[in-house]
Amino acid sequence: MRVALLVTCLVDTFLPRVGEACVRVLRHFGCDVEFPEGQTCCGQPAFNSGAHDDARAVARHMIRVFEPCQAVVTPSASCATMVRRHFPELFEHEPQSRDAARELASRTFEFCEFLRTRLNVRIEDHLRFDQPVTFHYPCHARDIYSPADLAALMLAAAGPQLRSPEQGDLCCGFGGMFAVDYPGVSGGLLEDKLAQLSATGAATVVCNEGGCALQIAGGAHRRGVPLRCKHVAEHLAESLGLMDAAP
Amino acid sequence: MSQPPFKQRVAAGLADERVRRAVKLATLHKVAARGAGMSRLRNPEELRDLAARIKQHTLRRLPDYLELFAARVEGSGGRVHFAAGAADACRIVCGIARESGARLAVKAKSMVSEEIHLNAALQAAGVRVVETDLGEFIVQIDNDRPSHIVTPIIHKDRKRVAVAMQRETGCAYTEDPRELSEVARVHLRDIFRRCDLGITGVNFGVAETGSLCVCTNEGNGRMTMTRPRVHVALMGIEKLVPRLTDLAVFLKLLARSSTGQPLTTYTTLITGPRRPGEADGPEHLHVVILDNGRSPLLGGEFESVLRCIRCGACLNACPVYRNIGGHAYGGVYPGPIGALVTPLLSTPERHAELPRASSLCGACAVACPVKIDIPELLVKLRRDTLAAAPLGKRVAMRVWRWLMLSPRRYSWAQRRLPLLVRRGPDGWITGGAGPLAAWLSQRDLPPLPPRTFREWWRANR
Repeated sequence: MRVALLVTCLVDTFLPRVGEACVRVLRHFGCDVEFPEGQTCCGQPAFNSGAHDDARAVARHMIRVFEPCQAVVTPSASCATMVRRHFPELFEHEPQSRDAARELASRTFEFCEFLRTRLNVRIEDHLRFDQPVTFHYPCHARDIYSPADLAALMLAAAGPQLRSPEQGDLCCGFGGMFAVDYPGVSGGLLEDKLAQLSATGAATVVCNEGGCALQIAGGAHRRGVPLRCKHVAEHLAESLGLMDAAP
Repeated sequence: MSQPPFKQRVAAGLADERVRRAVKLATLHKVAARGAGMSRLRNPEELRDLAARIKQHTLRRLPDYLELFAARVEGSGGRVHFAAGAADACRIVCGIARESGARLAVKAKSMVSEEIHLNAALQAAGVRVVETDLGEFIVQIDNDRPSHIVTPIIHKDRKRVAVAMQRETGCAYTEDPRELSEVARVHLRDIFRRCDLGITGVNFGVAETGSLCVCTNEGNGRMTMTRPRVHVALMGIEKLVPRLTDLAVFLKLLARSSTGQPLTTYTTLITGPRRPGEADGPEHLHVVILDNGRSPLLGGEFESVLRCIRCGACLNACPVYRNIGGHAYGGVYPGPIGALVTPLLSTPERHAELPRASSLCGACAVACPVKIDIPELLVKLRRDTLAAAPLGKRVAMRVWRWLMLSPRRYSWAQRRLPLLVRRGPDGWITGGAGPLAAWLSQRDLPPLPPRTFREWWRANR
């Protein structure tokens, strides 16, 4: 199956290993992966800030870039939600663009969702955890998978290595531009999150969202808390022997 | 009431460790209680759906239901007053007080009375008002403001309560909640004996019967409705449900969402004033129905905020509320629902910061018993108030758009990033310019990778 990777601007710029892992895992399961190089950002920063004209312009660009692709896969549930839910909303009053947006929405998948529903891969069967591990549920995944879904996946995959946090779905405080507009509040939320994660005793956090990962890992580093974030794609690539363990 | 700007209030909220601790403890306790309470329902999701649908249906036909409700209230001997705004509502209530020669009024907890600043109006008209809800009583004697819809003194610990009680009642200093409640009880009993006007809110108005349903945990609501000669019930136009049976749905959800209780301790349902031969109840019942900016929301994108039953579940669930406390929001309604309602019921542009102070995590929407999609509405409100956002922000968005419309400009910006940052000894980014400075005030950024994903792709396609 031919799939186009929507890598997301944060992964592209700060966490390229996640994108690399996605490519390797998708290839492993028989996909022919392409990367449309015209892609930039899905438009969330503008959309969530209420700058919908700016978001619409960027969305139009992204729809054009991904138009020829059969299936679009992204490691970020929030970007997937942006494309699937908000692109069509942005073009509510432009029938032609709206149809194109709906078309793209119907072909866009979050990475885990794509493996599970399109490739019939049981992710938990391929994951191996040799060290204690905990997880963070990204709030903006709500349209795609629930906190209970993630908890169940983690339990099935990690078994005795799983150290569940008190509230897996407690917000990390990232919230896109919110982290920049209200850094103090965002920092308060971050401390609550870090307290819960470090209480688990695990040093690795499975975190499938670039923004949350930057927030949690960056906050932990600033405070000297020994926590690091890893996307499930990285874990899969390592478990399948497609990538060396991260340094 | 003049207040410092929003960002200052937020900073004050963040800086008050004592309040933050109190609010965190109380809200997390309530979140757990709500979870336990809801899980005891056979099908909580279906019930929330049903509640949302009933409210939505009522809003769609609100003029009809208001007409029916008013006719039924009058038919059972009550009087109905419609108030377009806060000033009208205050004028109506002060008029009722004057006509009945009332000097001392007791009040049960009512958010609408806070919204219209009724106490100040009555006081100016020469009527003393005493709050009878324990939390509101303490707010009143401490000259404070409520910081939570359901738990007005969630920001106070028992020491502050003890000091206020000693000062007001002259009782011996005690921090024991039981003793403090007893002191308040004795103090308020005397007021109840002497009062001549009772003011309550309304949790639900039943259109088909003209009944008023008031839910409290302390019994003060029932005393306020039955003891004084005159009862004034205040309600927003959105408080209606069509039928008596609909209460079965909402009463199951209200207390559970709020505190985890299956029902509030007192659920009082009255229809009209005291009838001949009845032992108690007021001689006169007045129902004041307030619009105050609500009707313009009907039929629009924000209509669903009028489903709100003021349970406070979204406040308890909100990680932002837990960190900044209710006073930071500035309005009568704090928390996620307040960030919507405060702007929507007044001039949205004047409160443009409120909907922006959210990570949009959606914990509020998950907790909401009437399924208001709060994060979605917050984004819409951000959109509608964009012109009031700081110019720098709007310009930054325009620049971002220009960069994102071209992969070449985008890559160029990626390559410029290292020039904007300062690195620590281990390569992690600890300082930087522009929006990076705000980010780096709270957290570091990982070392910039040797190549971006797209550079890796070109080598490994």
